[in-house]
Amino acid sequence: MEFKFFHHFGTYLLMLKGMFSRPENPKMYWKQLMQQSVDIGIGSLGIVFIISLFMGGVTTLQTSYQLVSPIIPKATIAQIVRDTIILEFAPTLTSIVLAGVVGSKIASELGNMRISEQIDALEIMGINTKGYLVLPKILGALLTIPCLVIISGFLGIYGGKLAGTAAGIISDDEFMQGLRQELKVYNIFFALSKSYTFAFIISSVSAYYGYNVQGGALEIGKASTTAVVVSCVLILFMDYALSAILL
Amino acid sequence: MIELKDIKKGFGDKEVLKGVSASMEAGKVNLIIGSSGSGKTVLMKCIVGLIEVDSGQVLYNEHDFTSMNDQEKKTIRQEIGMLFQGSALFDSMTVEQNVMFPLDMFGVGSYKEKKKRVMECLDRVNLTEAARKFPAEISGGMKKRVGIARAIVLNPKYLFCDEPNSGLDPQTSLLIDKLIKELTLEYNITTVINTHDMNTVMESGDHIIYMFEGLKQWEGSNEDIIFAKDEKLNDFIFASDFLRDAKEMRQMEMFRDKNWRDRLKKNGKND
Repeated sequence: MEFKFFHHFGTYLLMLKGMFSRPENPKMYWKQLMQQSVDIGIGSLGIVFIISLFMGGVTTLQTSYQLVSPIIPKATIAQIVRDTIILEFAPTLTSIVLAGVVGSKIASELGNMRISEQIDALEIMGINTKGYLVLPKILGALLTIPCLVIISGFLGIYGGKLAGTAAGIISDDEFMQGLRQELKVYNIFFALSKSYTFAFIISSVSAYYGYNVQGGALEIGKASTTAVVVSCVLILFMDYALSAILL
Repeated sequence: MIELKDIKKGFGDKEVLKGVSASMEAGKVNLIIGSSGSGKTVLMKCIVGLIEVDSGQVLYNEHDFTSMNDQEKKTIRQEIGMLFQGSALFDSMTVEQNVMFPLDMFGVGSYKEKKKRVMECLDRVNLTEAARKFPAEISGGMKKRVGIARAIVLNPKYLFCDEPNSGLDPQTSLLIDKLIKELTLEYNITTVINTHDMNTVMESGDHIIYMFEGLKQWEGSNEDIIFAKDEKLNDFIFASDFLRDAKEMRQMEMFRDKNWRDRLKKNGKND
């Protein structure tokens, strides 16, 4: 078991090392990076939009349900919603959803290219396939996932405000007042640190499982599932580790 | 010219190639034949560097490919074109974009020049009308032809074809064989084909290597094969009654031809 882990870890590191060589044609690499950024970023906007709004709404409702004391001002609800979303929900929950959406796409795309010998065809042409196929995916994820997390944060807070006012729990003014109370910029830095770490995990782990598929169509499915599961576990582990280190 | 010197390759305990030596000449169609599991696919992958050999040398025009670094290998690879068993076309690109890809990647010429070269190659394989189609919209035979066009677009010195006829009807197979043979002569390419197809063997095999259990069992031309005495080779090539009858008829035909009689006498194959 432990040997299998070391084998995977070693191959993963070799894949990362193999990505860095002089590009055959930087224009083609740039084109590939833009394509991947659009696929990962724009392609995931819809799902991020939906989960963020509901995530914010539910957070407001559940926070107000627990804060029943008349001593605590209602603006505190907005403050809790803001910090919960910035610290945890926007980076972690969004990344877990993206591990499913983006991770499985990356793994199955590369797996299919491997099985149908498209990767071999690129190798024969003299192209560094790790550099051309994997690196733009990782860079694309590093560029777009933090942006998605920022968008998710704004939408989550907006969703919270919508749900709060619609349910009559908190007024617009009270919510805005709560949002401005004791805002720590460090929390935003922490959320962005997490989002970069998670973006790297999602893209590189999924690319590793897809790039190294062996067998047939069944193995592509297995690789895709394994990529999502491993990414989610690593995201949760790193979430804990970063919280312990940075907070 | 490609030379193989004592190529050995194993996976775990299993030794797949047990020391294969051969040479493949320019302007000729060189075939690697053999039953499933004989090591011919592994041999081809070793030659192109998709699998690293355990020992031995692969020489491209006397340059040792096996001892080259990645950058040197890239240079040789840009002289290689390969047609894959499943064509290996990029699904998200049109036929034209697939053929243009190597030109785009290696920045050869302006867009106009590249487009002209792509249309030349597509014209050579009779596929100009399919230029705007995606791989999913064309037949298996057309995909193979696109694969050939992509393989020759950079004017390669070496052309490798992995089972070019698999999954094709006999007529289309003959068309593909004819095309590969013509291109080999036209551009003086060293062509290496990995095949099971007996039509290819008899029609295109200028130089044939028969693999058996990881070793080169027999070597010769498609004309030699008719009179070959090797039992394993005969069992493999002329496996059915129909093929055995065809072989006898061909032997008789060749024997009636005076030129052939003289050649056979000279080579001592008239027994």
